[in-house]
Amino acid sequence: MQISGWGRYPRIQAKVSTPRSDVALAGLLGDGPLIARGMGRAYGDSALAPHTVSMRLFNHMIDFEPQSGQLVAEAGVTLAEIIDAFLPHGWFPSVTPGTQFVSLGGAIAADVHGKNHHSEGSFGAFVDWFDLMGADGSVCRCSRTENKDLFEWTLGGMGLTGIVLRAAIRLKRVQSGWIRQSTIAAQNLDAALAAFEDTYSATYSMAWIDCAATGDKMGRSIVMNGEHAVRADLPATHRASPFDVPGHLGKSVPFDFPGFVLNPWTVRAFNELYFRMNARKPAQSLVGWENFFYPLDAVQDWNRIYGRKGFMQFQCVVPLESHAEGLRAILNAISRTGAGSFLAVLKRFGPQDSRLSFPMEGYTLALDFPITTKALDLMPELDRITADHGGRFYLAKDSRMPAQTLLETDPRWQKFAAMRRQKGLAGQFASAQSERLGL
Amino acid sequence: MSRSVLILGANSDIARACAHRYAQDGYAIRLAARDTNALASDAADIALRHRVDVTAHAFDALDTPGFAAFVDALPDLPDTVLCAVGFMGDQDESQSDPAAAARVLRSNFEGPALILGLLAERFEARGTGTLIGISSVAGDRGRASNYVYGAAKAGFTAFLSGMRNRFARSKIKVITVKPGFVATRMTEGLDLNPRLTAQPAEVAEAIFTAQVRGRNVIYVKPIWQLIMTIIRVLPEVVFKKTSM
Repeated sequence: MQISGWGRYPRIQAKVSTPRSDVALAGLLGDGPLIARGMGRAYGDSALAPHTVSMRLFNHMIDFEPQSGQLVAEAGVTLAEIIDAFLPHGWFPSVTPGTQFVSLGGAIAADVHGKNHHSEGSFGAFVDWFDLMGADGSVCRCSRTENKDLFEWTLGGMGLTGIVLRAAIRLKRVQSGWIRQSTIAAQNLDAALAAFEDTYSATYSMAWIDCAATGDKMGRSIVMNGEHAVRADLPATHRASPFDVPGHLGKSVPFDFPGFVLNPWTVRAFNELYFRMNARKPAQSLVGWENFFYPLDAVQDWNRIYGRKGFMQFQCVVPLESHAEGLRAILNAISRTGAGSFLAVLKRFGPQDSRLSFPMEGYTLALDFPITTKALDLMPELDRITADHGGRFYLAKDSRMPAQTLLETDPRWQKFAAMRRQKGLAGQFASAQSERLGL
Repeated sequence: MSRSVLILGANSDIARACAHRYAQDGYAIRLAARDTNALASDAADIALRHRVDVTAHAFDALDTPGFAAFVDALPDLPDTVLCAVGFMGDQDESQSDPAAAARVLRSNFEGPALILGLLAERFEARGTGTLIGISSVAGDRGRASNYVYGAAKAGFTAFLSGMRNRFARSKIKVITVKPGFVATRMTEGLDLNPRLTAQPAEVAEAIFTAQVRGRNVIYVKPIWQLIMTIIRVLPEVVFKKTSM
């Protein structure tokens, strides 16, 4: 069948196996390379291979320890399911990306980050252990004390070290399903960066950034900070049922938008409108967890707004020393070519202490582009600017980077590739992405 | 007092989805299947997600003499019983080997009918209860490709219909479910038209809603009702020459 990542580019023909047990999964090994796939929310080709193994039937929750908040669950369980089961009892994922429709296995493989990266770290920081199936079908428990090497290579290892079967993660205690949100309208990039630094102590922070704005408005942003609301923060009417939060209406995109819907003018108009609407909103508000963490999940299949050809995301991080110049150069390049990005997100990363994960202390910028010649031509330039400023790239978003760019900007992947060859993993676990990037 | 649902053939994908759906509504869950080892992980999963009482019980649909003891050993007489026991078998084998055919007939008709019949008696003594049988569109008209299975399902459909008639004036409800194609282990590897194929969670939702609304017979995807109506009304002279 034909499969793709969330960006719907590229698409490949693949055999998809859907095993139900460790034994059935082990039976798929030894017959050419394969890659595990969870919810298919990586944007590009991370979970695509001629033989792709869907882990969606590994979807049992196994155990929960209320003292520590440790949940043990199979790799196909999603954050959405965890929230469903545990938020009503006062628990929330310690780290969540911008969609709740990711699997545990996928979250580990990409070592995903969320709005609290600067304050609490990436997903891996809350993983106590996982069981990993190796190339020979044997299963080993990996943690910070047991098979430490493999544990560290697997966090952010894009599924290329083996297949995560089960994991123990720690949830965080919350008193409600509401978030105290504060919003700052920043008139340009410098103001946005200053807002991030001024509010560094906030638990959650991110900014929507207007890539279409130019001149002295370049980089204008809506910076949003948030804290889990405690019971006392809630209006009296909500205090009795603090986890009862009205959900999304569940709109969906019923068909692929034709290519002309998103053009530089509509993107500019949307951004103008969005900025003005948010700039006018009260600075402090109480919002539901879905609205705060997963605004895009409200529109099912939103990836279809980019039309049949699909889209790509460019996400880089620029280190703290050179972030302002780096970000400015990227925004300049975008506005010069007019390849406006519809959805763009800016976020401050804190320090990251792990072997392979994407984040580093600095600023990350995530940009969506429709698949057009103009956008594809712009990518090497954005790559180069990122490289020149000492930045690196997020493989969960990548669908087109040349191998040379990755290996030059991020030498950790050279060691990773050598480790894979040495341990005999390269012949068993491979994705379209790992082939393209020479991993 | 919490309600409970007994799910027979609980290792099937449809049964598992139903267990989650009823648990979501607060039902205590009684899972019953031949292989209780496989039930343990489902039981833990359901209990964690929905915080309801879940128990697992050994049940063999072919062990008809053991049925009474099985029901007596349950923690309580359930409010609802859902029979998802089923075995497709292989039509060619069923044609040539009477033992194979008997297994298909017994698994899809004799076992399900007798256990629901027994529970119906208990429900009648209590005065309330809901009996849900998962039958099949294959039972709507016998076709060359699967008539042994289809005949057993036709028998089961008739049995459910008869019980519904018997209890029409009481508080005992009987629901017949005809799922059509469902993406399950049974149909894995078959090339099914996605428009005609339901996901197990859709089947579970349809069953739960049918109980809430007091429905009698449901097709999960409405299109199947249309398809089966057409198939049923085809004159035999025409029908016998078709291949479906």
